[in-house]
Amino acid sequence: MEDNKLISHIPDGPITKKWTKHKSEVKVVSPGNKRKLEVIVVGTGLAGASAAASLGELGYNVKVFCISDSPRRAHSIAAQGGINAAKNYQNDNDSIYRLFVDTVKGGDFRSREGNVFRLAEVSNNIIDQCVAQGVPFAREYGGLLANRSFGGAQVSRTFYARGQTGQQLLLGAYAAMNSQIAAGTVKSYPRHEMMDLVLINGEAKGIIARNIVTGKIERFGAHAVVLATGGYGHVYFLSTNAMNSNGSAAWQCYKKGAYFGNPCFAQIHPTCIPVRGHQQSKLTLMSESLRNDGRIWVPKFKEDVDKLRRHEITGSQIPEDRRDYYLERRYPAFGNLVPRDIASRAAKERCDAGFGVNTTGKAVFLDFSSAIQRLGEDKIRERYGNLFQMYEEITSFNAYKEPMMIYPAIHYTMGGLWVDYDLQTTIPGLYAIGEANFSDHGGNRLGASALMQGLADGYFILPCTIGNYLAHKIQEPKTDTNAPEFDTAEKAVKERIAKLFAIKGKRSPDSIHKALGDIMWEYVGMSRNEAGLKTAIEEIKKLKDEFWSNVYVAGTNDGFNQELEKANRLADFFEIGDLMARDALQRRESCGGHFREEMQTEEGEAKRDDKNFMFVSAWEYKGEESKPELHKEPLNFEFVPVATRNYKD
Amino acid sequence: MNFTLKVWRQKDAQSKGHFETYKVEHISHGTSFLEMLDILNEQLINEQADPIAFSKGCKDGETCIADSGPVSFDHDCREGICGACSLYINGRAHGPENEVTTCQLYMRKFKDGSTITVEPWRSAAFPVIKDLVVDRSALDKIMQAGGFISVRTGSVPDANATPIAKEKADESMDAAACIGCGACVATCKNGSAMLFIGARVSSLALLPQGKIESKRRAMSMIAKMDELGFGNCTNTRACEMECPKHVSISHIARLNREFLKGKFSK
Repeated sequence: MEDNKLISHIPDGPITKKWTKHKSEVKVVSPGNKRKLEVIVVGTGLAGASAAASLGELGYNVKVFCISDSPRRAHSIAAQGGINAAKNYQNDNDSIYRLFVDTVKGGDFRSREGNVFRLAEVSNNIIDQCVAQGVPFAREYGGLLANRSFGGAQVSRTFYARGQTGQQLLLGAYAAMNSQIAAGTVKSYPRHEMMDLVLINGEAKGIIARNIVTGKIERFGAHAVVLATGGYGHVYFLSTNAMNSNGSAAWQCYKKGAYFGNPCFAQIHPTCIPVRGHQQSKLTLMSESLRNDGRIWVPKFKEDVDKLRRHEITGSQIPEDRRDYYLERRYPAFGNLVPRDIASRAAKERCDAGFGVNTTGKAVFLDFSSAIQRLGEDKIRERYGNLFQMYEEITSFNAYKEPMMIYPAIHYTMGGLWVDYDLQTTIPGLYAIGEANFSDHGGNRLGASALMQGLADGYFILPCTIGNYLAHKIQEPKTDTNAPEFDTAEKAVKERIAKLFAIKGKRSPDSIHKALGDIMWEYVGMSRNEAGLKTAIEEIKKLKDEFWSNVYVAGTNDGFNQELEKANRLADFFEIGDLMARDALQRRESCGGHFREEMQTEEGEAKRDDKNFMFVSAWEYKGEESKPELHKEPLNFEFVPVATRNYKD
Repeated sequence: MNFTLKVWRQKDAQSKGHFETYKVEHISHGTSFLEMLDILNEQLINEQADPIAFSKGCKDGETCIADSGPVSFDHDCREGICGACSLYINGRAHGPENEVTTCQLYMRKFKDGSTITVEPWRSAAFPVIKDLVVDRSALDKIMQAGGFISVRTGSVPDANATPIAKEKADESMDAAACIGCGACVATCKNGSAMLFIGARVSSLALLPQGKIESKRRAMSMIAKMDELGFGNCTNTRACEMECPKHVSISHIARLNREFLKGKFSK
């Protein structure tokens, strides 16, 4: 059943010509008219900041919002390892086509070919752009750019700035945006949280925002709204997301009619520092780049596992022939550099079988001893020094001497607002970019591709495609924020806040959020099954009821109030979690980060069902009391032969 | 582990602040400083939400109901990179450890049973918003005054068209490691932002792409700093000591050179 709202607008023709053809057909707005048009950008991570900067350069009037005290704090800043591009600077036979194929395959054939090819195509422009902005990428002694490898690829196409690539790219985009703030085309609103989307005649025309410092509810109008608010991984409470990362802005758009794509596709990153105890607030990632030189293993024999757990021996004392390098054993062609979903599941499989190497039984080793033997400790320090230091600060262990202990953790969400080729949602005038949309990664994102997608959307794609919408708005006056639609939306926001304060229950938002995280991780985490997902839906409902009857929101609304922020975001996380579980339940196949226990091969590999599930699930909100409706956008693969992913040979 | 906390409480920028004393108990060694504050807040919320249940557990003469509720503090990534967390802990920016942010500070670094004093950044240019949260938007304004290379999206040469010596790129990266937390400003007796500006100006001046606007950048960022009420640099190096990313004051020297070149070429 094809839905008439779900038209992807992928241009016809050969894959290599689609984007060029589309660009030549996109409507252009004249400079004089751009000056009259206003665009709201919500979020200032890589996608939001780069979009705001580029739209400002084009001459649009941009208002940009973020919840942090400065746009530079957006969580893109924490990305460590790198950014992919098909430059082929290493002469290892990389190409746009190869990056495209790797990404489609890495995403387990659940993304759109047209989008992914475009992403690979603009990847090279991103590197050029960032270098021109002064991003200090790693270089070789000859002065040219250096590369390293990431999971899911057999070439070295990842550009990096030590272990702080996200930071450096974000500072580049932030600086580009600052130059536009100086030029007067962009106005920045830090410490403002989008509370609702305002539609006029069914089109996105503004937002309601809460001033986080004063508590004031404010109205902002525009000709179009761009959402760049990241993913919803914090629904699990413990994740590598920042504490303020949330899904609320996207969720309000969903509730206003934007379809939500593939909510069940969440990425679990294989190399994070294991959970330590109940007082923990977040999980720390150890960059995927470590898998260039680190080898992952657990003991071959249970007796060694027992000794490890009793602290009688350490990992380094277990001899080579008593170790199981399970990734190298199971996936000889890619070894330790298999994609994230595969590495994560393999770690879980070993730990579930009783080979976990710490007292909780939920950790595997990431070992650098053979790389240190081969290259020397200094070389390893030069490559990963800051990561080893971070590991030692957190765990108090020296990873030059003893193997690191790591375990998978929630990291990224491939799902997000459904968008077409122009990155427009099902609401006219509402665009979604970066992690906030569902578009390019299918069931699993490859490492170093999030930075690539955020910047591709923000610098190169959206500023072009938004012309198709805005060209029709050149005669439309500025949005009147006194319109009744703004009154209604503002009233609803104020009522919701008042309702949260009025509960005056006994539990803090954080304590309920942790309980939600436990449910999500247990039933909608690394592996899922029908009974568990049904349980999750019931448990989430119960917890949501408890929240709305027993949460305690301290303080008042007339000023800075972090408890209100937490409660407001948590209220949406119940609903996001519910939709994730529903989507996971309907998708009776294993693909990418979504592993259904009922659907696996005899060897325990994911079993896709292309006959029944080769589609994007796009969910439509049907009101508080009704179940959401599932729409399907069928996926066609014309250029990459559909096959079971094979990282073995 | 158990601790006594003396925490700065301030309703808003207009109100007068004061210290309040709290006790936190059963803190694990591996708990981070901010997680310890989460635990304190959970306690304060529970006391406020259910004063009766809590007063039962109170010892005589102790005040159990915290009137000011949970403590506000800025934080986000909790892995030392976003620059949101701040805090003056026992008189030092980001606490007693070197080269870490507050979120990377673990309770095993403190003596069990000790008293810990927690204050916000204190600087004329950073007014307090609430409790431990300050307004650092002045740093954004300095960046907007010139902390960028003027380059339009798309109008750029190939990334490898201009080779850059590895040493230059590495030194540029050392400076670019600044996270904009403001510890340097809070530590400086003059409340100067010179290390913050130096990091940006130097990072860009080391690269051929950034050289072109270097003098103008240095002059306009410094002019903005003066305008916003920051002090100047008297080379005490306190900023460098307390910088969680160990940005060197040699970048201030390069900033001064660019500034002087700008002055004399006028």
